[in-house]
Amino acid sequence: MPENRYETVPGGRRPRPGQEHFAAEVDEGGLGAVDAVKTDEAPSSLWRDAWREMRRRPMFWVAAAIIVLVITVAAFPSWFTSVHPRFDCELANSLAGPEPGHPFGFDKQGCDIYARTIYGARASVLVGVMSTAMVVIIGTIMGAVAGYFAGWFDVVLSRITDIFFAIPLVLAAIVIMSITTNRTSFTVALVLASFGWTSIARITRGTVMSVKNNEFVTAARSLGMGRGRILLRHVLPNSAAPIIVYATVALGTFIVAEATLSFLGIGLPPSTVSWGGDISQAQRAIRQAPEILFYPAAGLAITVLGFIMMGDVVRDALDPKARKR
Amino acid sequence: MTTQFPVTNGNQPVGEGAGRSYEAGTDKPLLEIRDLQVSFTTSEGVVHAVRGADITVYPGQSVAIVGESGSGKSTTAHAVIDLLPGTGKVTGGSIMFDGREIVGLPRTEIEAMRGRDIGLVPQDPMSNLNPVWRIGTQIEEALKANGFEGGKKERKERVAGLLQEAGLPDAERRARQFPHEFSGGMRQRSLIAIGLASRPKLLIADEPTSALDVTVQRQILDHLEVLTQELGTAVLFITHDLGLAAERAEHLVVMFKGRVVESGPARQILANPQHPYTQRLVASAPSLASRRIQVAHEQGEESDELLAPDLDATVPLRDARKAAQSDIVVAKNLTKVFTIRGGRPGASTDFKAVDDVSFTLKRGHTLALVGESGSGKSTAANMVLGLLDPTSGVVEFDGADVAKFTPKEAFAFRRRIQPVFQNPYGSLDPTFSIYRSIEEPLALHRVGSKKEREKRVRELLDMVALPQSAMRRFPNELSGGQRQRIAIARALALRPEVIVLDEAVSALDVLVQAQILELLGNLQEELGLSYLFITHDLAVVRQIADSVVVMQNGRVVEQATTDEVFDNPRQQYTRDLLAAIPGAGLEGAAIAG
Repeated sequence: MPENRYETVPGGRRPRPGQEHFAAEVDEGGLGAVDAVKTDEAPSSLWRDAWREMRRRPMFWVAAAIIVLVITVAAFPSWFTSVHPRFDCELANSLAGPEPGHPFGFDKQGCDIYARTIYGARASVLVGVMSTAMVVIIGTIMGAVAGYFAGWFDVVLSRITDIFFAIPLVLAAIVIMSITTNRTSFTVALVLASFGWTSIARITRGTVMSVKNNEFVTAARSLGMGRGRILLRHVLPNSAAPIIVYATVALGTFIVAEATLSFLGIGLPPSTVSWGGDISQAQRAIRQAPEILFYPAAGLAITVLGFIMMGDVVRDALDPKARKR
Repeated sequence: MTTQFPVTNGNQPVGEGAGRSYEAGTDKPLLEIRDLQVSFTTSEGVVHAVRGADITVYPGQSVAIVGESGSGKSTTAHAVIDLLPGTGKVTGGSIMFDGREIVGLPRTEIEAMRGRDIGLVPQDPMSNLNPVWRIGTQIEEALKANGFEGGKKERKERVAGLLQEAGLPDAERRARQFPHEFSGGMRQRSLIAIGLASRPKLLIADEPTSALDVTVQRQILDHLEVLTQELGTAVLFITHDLGLAAERAEHLVVMFKGRVVESGPARQILANPQHPYTQRLVASAPSLASRRIQVAHEQGEESDELLAPDLDATVPLRDARKAAQSDIVVAKNLTKVFTIRGGRPGASTDFKAVDDVSFTLKRGHTLALVGESGSGKSTAANMVLGLLDPTSGVVEFDGADVAKFTPKEAFAFRRRIQPVFQNPYGSLDPTFSIYRSIEEPLALHRVGSKKEREKRVRELLDMVALPQSAMRRFPNELSGGQRQRIAIARALALRPEVIVLDEAVSALDVLVQAQILELLGNLQEELGLSYLFITHDLAVVRQIADSVVVMQNGRVVEQATTDEVFDNPRQQYTRDLLAAIPGAGLEGAAIAG
């Protein structure tokens, strides 16, 4: 046991200059506040903090404005144009330029491009939202079960996920869609979802595996809470953040995938107005009238941008590393 | 901005006062921090982390900065080497090192000083070594960065020499190993070797051993002390443990909320603390409190009287009534074997985490399971809680074998035994409000109506001394101590008979720890609770436990009443653990003061 240092200090009896015994004046009521609760502020949770964080970002408002606009357009296209995209076509107007009441001009069939762009939003948003919803449901269940119950469940489900993961989304969709006769928004969404759920399953599995090791899960177990209830009550709510972030970004990619399929002519039938289909049509007249391609492509790009930007903002707001304790 | 009044003759100008007998040449400070201000810019505005700190370090001297988390102790030290994290900036004051002003120096010049003049031993040995580089390479790197002259061969020899010096035998082989092949203690020794590689004049040791087991901690600090004394290196210790600081440093600086509240010779501060904060710290530091009880005990005094007033309640009742209580938890020959998966099928090995462990917890008593990491103490606790099935052996609760419960009985059993865990950040679901967290056990076990449950939650919040308004809060808004109170309230909700406290106070600051221990003591007295207290910290055990089970590598090494273990340890391992309590080397007079 070493000797106490202060016994061996040269001249240990008297402190050296600058090291005399000092005590600060007691000028703060800080002592009692060592462990006080602030009671006046509004309660905050992860979600509330995230909302406060997002509100401050201009990008959030831009993305939100785009999304609200696109959804409104998709839900109520007739608010934005009185021209019907399919029945008000006259071949006489084929490839005609803009004129009053028809700001974007006409396509090869003589249909109003503005009206077609407005009505095309519905197909994209519908397919995007439906496939995202399906993907979240399938992926969360697969991932949560694999991550939470581990063991054989995990081995089997993870291998299934890996197999699906290896299949390129658009390629698989092309194969399936080309043999599908009944092509509606729902079937397109279903096909996209059945090959697009793997990422969410992987993300959920990883998050669930880390959340389930938390002490609050052990505490719930020692209360006698069942496994299923713990998964639903404690584990899943705490795994929601990355799922939501991914879902927002995935929505954009599904819209692109739908457009790709429609462009190839195996997505939505020509009777449904869609941006992908219009881009495909525009291709035929691209030399004479490139602007026909521009408007549906711009609609598609802005919509996807809106959702991906929102995903970015949400991720930043929910990122636990950026959050202060 | 800080008004400080001298307690002793501090008013005298420097150099005055005949008869000062420090050696010639040492009266020029190596490091002189004056009125240092450091602030951080956050989204909520500017936070003043350090507000007017004055610290003086002489060559070859050891000085300790003591404080709780958020006191600004690390920030002050990091300002010296210009390693402030994030938006931190020195906004005022001066730092003189070896007669040179550091504040405002260009980056390149400070970089040149780092390592060469001022070394750093960081806090966490696990994350401060690069896992993909060999230990030797990392030390060589330090040498190269600080202008080591000499060829490759000399450098290799130097590395081996440094490792040898840091107390790693067989240094040449060790230098070729990777960090993951090292234990925590060995890694910290390598970090010390890196810190001292270029023979700096000042070594900043930021909680150098707080991540290590107590016995390892002691060895490393002893070694560091000898080494720096030999080299004549001044050491600036940063620690939260006043006992450790007093034992290792001749001059103490106590910081609280960014200010130096008291500074002076270690002995004077311990014997005669002036500032109320220091007084509370001296009263609460577990190492000191434990030492105080021990000293008193040796002098034949009743230990209760010697504790700080607010710690009275933590002293277990010692009346005969208590001794006569029946057994509530009996663990008989508990063994738990984990199978560790090998690299190929069939290559798995068995690992005995708990090996033939037996102990008895009496009603209203506190039994401490003590051991270092890997001793199997938490595994044993989880078996008692029924969260792990023992490989063999029996846990009896109130006379009934826990393993033989029907599902219904098992569910009812859960109400009678509840855990409180170590990590105040992980033990509450962040998506649940405090109200929901405390109400959850009641709702799950269908206790009372909604109204009655709310009443009970309010009652429980009162019990753990938190305002009822806290129930609308979420865990991320509360401090560590408050969360631990919530965790205790939640554990108490179902009126259990036994609470398993798994390192429940280990992650807390000293004062908060003392408050929680006091709370636990009060609750035990009020509600007749029995505690199974799992800890690595014998100092805390001295304050709260009636009897102690010392575990090492899954086995029980020693088992006796607390007094007996402290007065008359039978095993060498227990003696090592006891000797490792910081402050064990302080004489009684200095702390009983």
